[in-house]
Amino acid sequence: MSLETPLHKVEGLGSAHSGVTHFWRQRITAAALVPLSIWFAVSVLGLVGAHEAATLAFLSQPLNAVLMAAFLVIAVYHMALGMQVIIDDYIYVNWQKLFLMLLMRGFSLAVVAACLYALLRIAGPIT
Amino acid sequence: MADNPQRAQRPRPLSPFVSIYHWPVTMATSITHRFTGMGLAAGTVLLAWWLYAVASGPDSFNAFLDLAATPLGQVILFLVVWSLAFHLLNGIRHLAWDMGYGFSKPAAQTNSILVIAASILLAAALFALAYSGRGGYYQ
Repeated sequence: MSLETPLHKVEGLGSAHSGVTHFWRQRITAAALVPLSIWFAVSVLGLVGAHEAATLAFLSQPLNAVLMAAFLVIAVYHMALGMQVIIDDYIYVNWQKLFLMLLMRGFSLAVVAACLYALLRIAGPIT
Repeated sequence: MADNPQRAQRPRPLSPFVSIYHWPVTMATSITHRFTGMGLAAGTVLLAWWLYAVASGPDSFNAFLDLAATPLGQVILFLVVWSLAFHLLNGIRHLAWDMGYGFSKPAAQTNSILVIAASILLAAALFALAYSGRGGYYQ
């Protein structure tokens, strides 16, 4: 006999009320980051010893700018999902958990915003 | 749980914690995955700094490169590169597990050792390429 209501069963969200959303997003972003990280490493190695003008020219190329933006956004999203797991695992006092979650998300948003702003100044119309 | 001062004389039974166990290599890769993830989170600040330096002209770019070239800067860069190599390779191992591959105890131990060795080799190889002048092909 199950104590679950039919609605609860059909929603399939379990006691976390979000189902496998977090788990699945962490895996999807991980899979996307495999080729993007390899592209990033090859690019940075190719820019070792380059002057500012050469680095600027490389990042200004549309394909490189788009790949860098994709790498930044997906990596920071993956980072926020991962840090959420760490906070969930080790912090069990509710107000501390809420505080750290907000701090972590604020940090993630600040980093991705700063990176995209710099990238827009490099490759876009903002100077 | 609230402390109970009347029971203080008798030690309460404790469940075994990580310090009790003999450390298998899978435990080492597991916690290292988490540590390298946190290290890479700190590394995003360096990435933002680098992009900002590129956007802000030759002076700030050269100041960033000068800092990166110091011994401390190189050590930090090596740790970030190794963290990315480890997190990438061990992440692929986790994705393989999720699809049901390599999850038996002997396989998990073997691919743990493989990931540790390959991540160190990969990071060292990237630094060797950079130091021997084989990097910089995009300038």
